Amino acid sequence: MSLFDYKLTEIHNKLHDKELSVSDLVDEAFRKIGERDEKVQAYITLNEEGARTQGKKLDDKLVSGEERGLLFGLPAGIKDNIVTEGLRTTCASQFLSNFNPVYDATVVSKLRAADAVTIGKLNMDEFAMGGSNENSSFYPVRNPWNLERVPGGSSGGSAAAVAAGEAFFTLGSDTGGSIRQPASYCGVVGLKPTYGLVSRFGLVAFASSLDQIGPLTKNVEDSAYVLQAIAGYDGMDSTSAKVEIPDYVSALNGDVSGLRIAVPKEYLGEGVDAGVKETVLSALKVLESLGAVWEEVSLPHTEYAVATYYLLASSEASSNLARFDGVRYGQRVDHIGSLLDLYHESRTQGFGDEVKRRIMLGTYALSSGYYDAYYLKAQKVRTLIKRDFDQVFEKYDVIIGPTAPTTAFKLGAQVDDPLTMYLNDILTIPVSLAGVPAISVPCGFADGMPVGLQIIGKAFDESTVLRTAHAYEQNTDHHKRRPEL
Amino acid sequence: MSITTKDVQHVAKLARLNMTPEEENLFTDQLNAILQYAEKLKELDTEGVEPTTHVLPLHNVMREDENRKSLPIEKVLLNAPDEEDGHFKVPAVME
Repeated sequence: MSLFDYKLTEIHNKLHDKELSVSDLVDEAFRKIGERDEKVQAYITLNEEGARTQGKKLDDKLVSGEERGLLFGLPAGIKDNIVTEGLRTTCASQFLSNFNPVYDATVVSKLRAADAVTIGKLNMDEFAMGGSNENSSFYPVRNPWNLERVPGGSSGGSAAAVAAGEAFFTLGSDTGGSIRQPASYCGVVGLKPTYGLVSRFGLVAFASSLDQIGPLTKNVEDSAYVLQAIAGYDGMDSTSAKVEIPDYVSALNGDVSGLRIAVPKEYLGEGVDAGVKETVLSALKVLESLGAVWEEVSLPHTEYAVATYYLLASSEASSNLARFDGVRYGQRVDHIGSLLDLYHESRTQGFGDEVKRRIMLGTYALSSGYYDAYYLKAQKVRTLIKRDFDQVFEKYDVIIGPTAPTTAFKLGAQVDDPLTMYLNDILTIPVSLAGVPAISVPCGFADGMPVGLQIIGKAFDESTVLRTAHAYEQNTDHHKRRPEL
Repeated sequence: MSITTKDVQHVAKLARLNMTPEEENLFTDQLNAILQYAEKLKELDTEGVEPTTHVLPLHNVMREDENRKSLPIEKVLLNAPDEEDGHFKVPAVME
């Protein structure tokens, strides 16, 4: 058993009882990385010296009896699109291969304030664009359950590191499913909070109306603790919501009796793998046995979500990524003639194919003559998709379905077909467009690969999402299984 | 509606990207496939539907107009590919 198989409260008890030191936890992280990361390739940059120094400081705190933060001593991996002062942040792009941030993202400051230890920066699809991690410009992450398969994306490193025991918990970002889908593929818990709950100051922007940061953990309780530490209003993020933050951990009371669950027929329909469907239906039976009731509903605009998302997210990306011009930071091509050539050459050499494809799509959708037909139309359809959710939530507490239509596919299987790749996100994208919270929890295996159960809640009702996930998890053993590496 | 290689050349220029002829052809095919898929949205009647720009009921979040500390120049220039006298340096814009 690895130290990271204990849950947060167990680790904290062991630290309190002096059975364990923070340095032991840091050692464990780097030992596992040393043993396994050559295969998994979850990390891009390690913070070994910094983590060991911080571990010693926290051990001093343990001796002196100073007050300890909520995430005291826990080794954390950070997705490499979240800036960390003095620690290289690349977005898995050659454009930023030497980028050294000059400030910390708000979530990073919050982790530090909570006494977590930053272990390193995690691999991802370049600029968070992709669902398989094959778009990393460094190397692809591999699924710890089967190294021939993808870990999902774009937070593939974040999910794989938790699954492989190479971090106690990690942070990822989710624009259209980028936390939930890799969590599902790697058999870990991944939470996308409500849009606006967690500050995005210091998250390198992809699609600003959708991006949200959230935790990946081994179990639901730990997810609640990490969310508690990172949620809250931030004046540095103009889309930060001024809402009261409840006590998420105390919401985990195991009680789901009378909980009204909606199961959209579109989420178990055509295109959803039979093994995945079966696994999700047996998860619903577990919740039913605990006193919850479920009924089939319809989210009729589901089939339009992927098209809507790719138009909106790519449009926003084309604008956000205009800042990468080789002037203020990032790669610049040498021996350039004019300023315009400098922009063109730096961007052409710095960005990978998927990033270029989305910039092109977004630029086209926003260009003169096409704005109304594509961008504005997609924004209107987004309203219809959001209304689907609003209507269901008038009568139900949560919506449940699979996180992804299939389990993790083989590396290389979909790289030449962007559209098929986009359809892997068909069950996570509508949730992102509606801006509501959702979690993926392990709910079993199909063909030997993990399946994720997606539990979707009302805006800012993370408590109900976590309570439902926790009640389910406590009555199953799927989250206790570990890959053999 | 389908896009041509000429459209791709135009959009690449707007996006400040260079393309080889092979890339132009590949992107023409791939973007056409994606846009064809997006034609789906035309099935929906959105007459009178308000667009959603983002889901929060927020408009023009303002802060007090007061001085705040900003990053020191050396930090701002830390990642600059080229700099001179506290400025970002680029090739001459005017002849």
